[in-house]
Amino acid sequence: MVNKLVIENLKFRPVRTALSVIAIGLEVTMMLTIVGLSEGMLADSQQRARGVGADIIIRPPGSSALSLSSAPLPQKLVDWVEQQPHVSMAVGAITHPVSGLTLMTGIDLERFTRMSGGFRYQAGNPPRQPNEILVDTYYARQNKLRVGSIVNLWNRGWRVSGIIEQGKLARLVMPLPVLQDLSGNTGKISQIFAKVDDPENIEDVIADLKSKLVGYPIYSTEEFVSLFAVDKVPGLREFIVVIIGLSVAVGFLVVFLSMYTAVLERTREIGILKALGASPVFVLDILFRETLVLAFFGSALGIGFSYGTRWLIMTLVPASLSQLIVPGWWPIAGAIALAGALLGAAYPGWRAARQDPIEALSYE
Amino acid sequence: MSKPIIEVRDLRKIYHVGEVDVHALRGVNLTVEAGELLCVVGPSGSGKSTLFHILGGLTPPTSGQVLIDGRDLSRLSDAERTELRKRMVGFVFQKYNLLPTLSAADNIAIARYIAGKSLAEDPKFREVLELLGIGHRLNHKPRALSGGEQQRVAIARAIVNHPAILLADEPTGNLDSKNSGAVLGVLRDLNERLGQTVLMITHDLNVAAYGHRIVHMLDGQIV
Repeated sequence: MVNKLVIENLKFRPVRTALSVIAIGLEVTMMLTIVGLSEGMLADSQQRARGVGADIIIRPPGSSALSLSSAPLPQKLVDWVEQQPHVSMAVGAITHPVSGLTLMTGIDLERFTRMSGGFRYQAGNPPRQPNEILVDTYYARQNKLRVGSIVNLWNRGWRVSGIIEQGKLARLVMPLPVLQDLSGNTGKISQIFAKVDDPENIEDVIADLKSKLVGYPIYSTEEFVSLFAVDKVPGLREFIVVIIGLSVAVGFLVVFLSMYTAVLERTREIGILKALGASPVFVLDILFRETLVLAFFGSALGIGFSYGTRWLIMTLVPASLSQLIVPGWWPIAGAIALAGALLGAAYPGWRAARQDPIEALSYE
Repeated sequence: MSKPIIEVRDLRKIYHVGEVDVHALRGVNLTVEAGELLCVVGPSGSGKSTLFHILGGLTPPTSGQVLIDGRDLSRLSDAERTELRKRMVGFVFQKYNLLPTLSAADNIAIARYIAGKSLAEDPKFREVLELLGIGHRLNHKPRALSGGEQQRVAIARAIVNHPAILLADEPTGNLDSKNSGAVLGVLRDLNERLGQTVLMITHDLNVAAYGHRIVHMLDGQIV
């Protein structure tokens, strides 16, 4: 009977109910989108790091795992690394931003092919002219590019010589010397990938390199990949917590206002229920059940919306941000939204529960 | 002579409005016998609504004694008065006070639910609904019912838990003469056929004429 009253109450004010559900939905979407983006970007970076096929990664002193905006390593260091015991091959790469979060990698394609087996070409060939670049399948699809298409980067037209499978280095690739010159880093690189003769020797080689290259972040690929985690990226967890906090505040305020107006509007009905012998707990129970229904449908809507934000991001900022759908977070986001909503319903519920029946019955 | 179901002794109620004390009831004494249809008549401000609220357990008295079927209301806590409203008292209001989101049937059922009673259909109560003339209108929501029908649904809701007393506050105040006659006829039928004790408040002497007895109130006292 109470459930029927709850459903009828929600149906009685369809616009208010719909707005409350949408607001909770947006709250859940914000949470799922920010977590999905964080995890998506990190997973994408992990995949690209693994795709190189190196055993060891050497980064410039003071650099973070997530970004490289300069090229402070001398290119001669590549040859030096390659001469170290048990290192079978080394390749240097430079990374330069194209626009937003999209990056271009410059790499010695011949060495890279020897190290990782090279790129898998969906179409075309490696760049043969200084004005040629490679793009990955994702970037090509998003920007409707084919072999021979011209891409305008840094106020210059670049011919797409080949389309490669995504998952290795950046989405755009060009020969190392071209990008070095273009970015004013002639003779310099951003990082070095090294291959070891036997996986058993990886730790020994890292220890040896660290003793010789003091202050350089030197990682095994697995260790480097493990750095792409929410807890390992400085400030990311805090950022997620802030966004979740903001979304909870939105949900709280909307449910608070919705329930507050509902209680005011239903003052007389609360008086009727009390005249019939309903206890304060009974009245509170009705409001909390209504909140529960709003939070449930809001969460479901929010999950649906998170697919929408992924589509929107893929459409508006192609080949840049990567949002994962995170089913593991569905119950967490739902529970957080429910907690915020119940908190929002608490004060209106308390007011309703202690409503004086005589005053309530005389309310116009 | 049947035993009294309501006994009121030196009942007083003072409301504090700002810094002013309003003496709504000034020593009311009243006895209502089981099965009686009593009408309380008086002008606005005479204290009849306050008496109604105290007898219904909606507010406690300031002093005095109120016995309903032997239970002293003046000694009850808020929670105990809530319990009393579930089973001992049925209310009929001037403005019907049906829940607008529920059908007529559900408005009646929720009173049973709150009282902790089974929601299974009661054949005897079905007869009462037919007596009230609303058996065919139960699936409609209040906005689809006429004033007279709404008031008859409110009466059905008030008596569904077989209360010791039925309190009716100006039950015809919002009705035209035809519907007023129908509702008053229903209240009298319930009283005569089922022995339901009814205490009706009105300012209209024609309405009061339906009662077995009339008491007049003025300035918080029975005169």
